Amino acid sequence: MSELELPVGQKEEELTPVDPLTVSRRWLLLKVGALFNAVVGVAVAVPVFKYLLSPAKPDDAYKSWVSLGSVDTFPVGETRLAKFTNPVGLEWDGATDRVACWVRRISQQEFQVFAINCAHLGCPVRWFPQSQLFMCPCHGGAYYADGSRASGPPERGLFTYDIKIVGGKLQINAGQMPTLSNTARLVQIENAGGGSPCAG
Amino acid sequence: MRRLKALYAWFDSRLQLGAPIKEMALHPVPNKTASWWYVFGSAAFVLLMLQIVTGILLALVYVPSAGQAWNSLNVLNHQLTLGWFLRAMHGWGSNFMVAVVLIHMAQVFLFGAYKFPRELTWILGVFLLLMTLGMAFTGQVLRFDQDAYWGLGIGASIASRVPFIGSTAVHMMLGGPIIAGATLSRFFAFHVFVIPGMLLAFACIHVWMVLKLGINEWPMPGRVVRRATYVAEYHTLTKKDGRPFVPGAVWKDAFFSAAILAAVAVCAAVLGPYGPGGQPDPTIIQTAPKPDFFFLWLYSVLSYLPPSLETPFLLVAPVVGIAGLIALPFYAGEGEKSWHKRPVAILMLTTIAVAWGVLTHLGTFTPWSPLMSAWSGGPPVPIRYTRDASPLQRQGAIVFQSKQCRNCHSIAGVGGQRGPALDLIATRLTEDQLIRQVLQGGGNMPAYGKNLSPPETTALVQFLETLHPMNQPAAADASHQAVLIEPVPKP
Repeated sequence: MSELELPVGQKEEELTPVDPLTVSRRWLLLKVGALFNAVVGVAVAVPVFKYLLSPAKPDDAYKSWVSLGSVDTFPVGETRLAKFTNPVGLEWDGATDRVACWVRRISQQEFQVFAINCAHLGCPVRWFPQSQLFMCPCHGGAYYADGSRASGPPERGLFTYDIKIVGGKLQINAGQMPTLSNTARLVQIENAGGGSPCAG
Repeated sequence: MRRLKALYAWFDSRLQLGAPIKEMALHPVPNKTASWWYVFGSAAFVLLMLQIVTGILLALVYVPSAGQAWNSLNVLNHQLTLGWFLRAMHGWGSNFMVAVVLIHMAQVFLFGAYKFPRELTWILGVFLLLMTLGMAFTGQVLRFDQDAYWGLGIGASIASRVPFIGSTAVHMMLGGPIIAGATLSRFFAFHVFVIPGMLLAFACIHVWMVLKLGINEWPMPGRVVRRATYVAEYHTLTKKDGRPFVPGAVWKDAFFSAAILAAVAVCAAVLGPYGPGGQPDPTIIQTAPKPDFFFLWLYSVLSYLPPSLETPFLLVAPVVGIAGLIALPFYAGEGEKSWHKRPVAILMLTTIAVAWGVLTHLGTFTPWSPLMSAWSGGPPVPIRYTRDASPLQRQGAIVFQSKQCRNCHSIAGVGGQRGPALDLIATRLTEDQLIRQVLQGGGNMPAYGKNLSPPETTALVQFLETLHPMNQPAAADASHQAVLIEPVPKP
């Protein structure tokens, strides 16, 4: 042993075998220690998970009625881009809490408000009044003026917001990015062929 | 010199690292493996180091806030001395890293290096690839321009397709209901802490296993891997026909890594940094979002899949793909390593490479997307198409241009490629067929019945009828012609 150079800090007696009885007591202590750690770990993990999962809320928790301005700003028979600030936001959101949507005024009292996000993968659709089509720049989805699917990869028509008119102002029920998981309920989509209902 | 040696001894008696490092450096590798084919792994590791260093340097300035990130990147680009170069190094380093990791993986697959006893090395490698791609995606998000914003939108839309927990998945990914401040903060945490930490740890274990298990020997046809005998055979080989790793093989790694770093620097200096593109204001919708180079293939796949197959593909294909990669060393853990004896492996690799290349190429010019400004921004219908035309046909050319037909259909080589080019359309469709196609659409074309007045339709179709070569008549309905050539009854 004396020839072997021991690392600094290591004593020779530590290498000698120890009483097995002591070992079993130490093992028990280690097991208790591990159990103690597990209990503390679970106790700490619960709040950590709750913290991590805090953004996951039911859809209605994020939604509220937002005004798009006076109904007079939307001429009858036209589709216009409207912008609003998302009701839920942080101070450092910058411009990202701004949301755009397409407002179609069918008649004096009839409106349709479409999400800007393509029903395929969420890219911003553009309105072409000349051909009365919405076109998506990403994968080529196209929609008719009433938001129903015209062609391309989308499986359904444009997402619509619930609307109401309060005191001459157009309001929509908004608050979260429209996706298939939160807007894909059964909706009436008028097909070009002629008004057959379809599951959106 | 003696002082240096004493200093070394002082440190080593405390660190205890000298002996294991010496053992690692001098472990024998097969002579034939000291080859230029075996340099990609070390190059990937060196690129990881480059990304960590340049990443830290960028983090000195970058502001991970949705309101300020884009501005801070512009400050880096334009105001800080050589900030643009550091951004370019990090961006090009990322491209090179993905490329080198993919080449490394293809080489390992081709050389059968995933077989016994290196199964776990391969599996860790699969995770390293996934994490590298994760870094590339999250890095693109941190650029926080329009492409990043709408790329997140695509990510959220994909997440929303998960059954039952789609809504929760979207909220967890975005950190809230919309793409905003919370989203950037969590992607920053992933890009800067979570994934790099795992990447570094996994890469170190990966290298450790390569050093401990020994580098794969050069595959020879007929030299078959068997679990019972492989390890002994490998040690005999390295003893008989081997050389110490340092300097026998490592000098090639050193040369190649230096060349890769130089290539990154040259690309960065010559081609500059990536973006940032337009500012991340979601109300600016005049944008055509596109992913970075290594995700273009996915972008193409998503536009060519039939709608009904999309959700299954998005949710099932990644799982199957990753499971297949992980299962590979267990399925083919023994047997031939040489590509001369593995035709299926060669076919698979070639198929994947060609498919990837074609899809990526298509992704660079997106023939499936309407060209949003073709009707207004591009040249009008060329004069030669309307020179001898009647007023009605010329009116049709105006309808063609103003109703955005050109966004999807090219004419004279200008316009979208979503639909077929129309230069010869009159030879393919008769007048009646043209009217039907325009009014009712079909075959991926929207119906224009509601959006064109009868005179507009007539004019448009009359113009389309002129689109045939001089020497080839327009298609005509045979029955229609039969009626016409019937002799006129005499009065």
